Amino acid sequence: MSSKKKKKLTPQQQEYQKFAHAREPKRPVLANCVRAFLVGGIICTLGQGIQWVFITYFNFNEKTAGAPTVAVLIFISALLTSLGVYDHIAQWGGAGTAVPVTGFANTITSAALEHKTEGYVLGVGGNMFKIAGPVIVYGVFSAFVVSIISVIIKALGGM
Amino acid sequence: MLQGHQTWVYESKPVIIGTAAIGGPFESQGGLAADFDMFHDDLWLGENSFEKAEKKLLEEACETAIKKAGLKKEDVQFFLSGDLINQIIASSFAARTLGIPYLGLYGACSSSMEGLALASLIVDSKFAVNALAATSSHNAAAEKQYRYPTEYGAQKPPTAQWTVTGAGAAVVSQQGEGPKVTSATIGRVVDMGLSDPFNMGAAMAPAAVDTIEAHFRDLNIDASQYDLIATGDLGRIGHRIAGDLLKKHGIDIPEEKFTDCGILMYRSDQPVFAGASGCACAATATYGHFINRMKRGELKKILIVATGALLSPMSYQQKESIPCIAHAVSIEM
Repeated sequence: MSSKKKKKLTPQQQEYQKFAHAREPKRPVLANCVRAFLVGGIICTLGQGIQWVFITYFNFNEKTAGAPTVAVLIFISALLTSLGVYDHIAQWGGAGTAVPVTGFANTITSAALEHKTEGYVLGVGGNMFKIAGPVIVYGVFSAFVVSIISVIIKALGGM
Repeated sequence: MLQGHQTWVYESKPVIIGTAAIGGPFESQGGLAADFDMFHDDLWLGENSFEKAEKKLLEEACETAIKKAGLKKEDVQFFLSGDLINQIIASSFAARTLGIPYLGLYGACSSSMEGLALASLIVDSKFAVNALAATSSHNAAAEKQYRYPTEYGAQKPPTAQWTVTGAGAAVVSQQGEGPKVTSATIGRVVDMGLSDPFNMGAAMAPAAVDTIEAHFRDLNIDASQYDLIATGDLGRIGHRIAGDLLKKHGIDIPEEKFTDCGILMYRSDQPVFAGASGCACAATATYGHFINRMKRGELKKILIVATGALLSPMSYQQKESIPCIAHAVSIEM
């Protein structure tokens, strides 16, 4: 906890938090990292395999195979989410399932499924990007900032 | 009658003449399964939303409790209920079906004992012959309300808890056969500045300790008066903290007497992290398991301390800490 936040707590609260903290199990960070590495690695290897299939059998090249590969991964992720399997894999795999595109697909599919009861427009449409929305907003914004910086450096004769 | 600071002593000793505990698929595999009245093997209960499913659970619990009390809906004057869905719609919609004059409650997971304490108060003061106290929670409806979509793959920490899918109800009456409600201690809101919604046990433990302390102080008794003292849904971590905190405050409750509904609800091999939570946790454990044990003569006097975390998803996002509460009700055979 930051010292700024701690300042607002009374001594009694601080004492209790120390007391409680000593009795809480820690997140198994190391085990989570290893699992994330394994699961994330498996997903990426699977993606690589799909890309290879597209290049070898479907007349794509390394550049153009990207889009259909991502589409297949998104489809698999959406399917596993709707079958109720993805969240169980995610509990084990942690960031390994959240970081690849499959995690992004899961955020959208799960929110769409969850809010179907409120209708297709306000429910599914309105809530589909509930979790994915911030990723898109800040993804696009940071891409914009980086592009501006790149343009400025180029204009100044750099690179 | 008020005794001490915050404790009601019911002079007429209202009787719990009928109780019911209804559970979902996960609860049917749990440690208290034998004491439930009915299970559903589908989270949807054949309805098209989780919210409707929870309403149905609550309706069934109320109807079963009234039936077991040997009464008809018309014999019950007041219905007190609370749940975890926004604007407590499960309770209000169940009240629409039941048609019994209704008071909606919100005490988060402490609603079960808040309801029982108030129903007993109404009966004790002779403002009703029979009053019904009920509460419900639904795992998926609660996840949707407080956390992420149910199928969203977020990794939960070991301090997280599993919301019980179920409903519990009790009919309190001026006379009849059954366990009697003797006193209740209304808790005050305790906030120790914790703000992690995946660690409710640690946030709620001080509230439970505060209420237990107040109960003993107001009635001038100690733990030896009780065969069992059960907290609502502290889970394994919160229970341990509460136990140590009580010792630190000089209150000695023997380990075999002190338990938590959130620990008892599921078997240790069920993947529920630190244990169970939700309004239905304390409600189904009390109205199913504990009342049955009292009727079998295994327990004579128990104290149920239902704990509640009074946060909202909005207060959490606005970086507020979690205010917590606990209400204790003493039940005697």
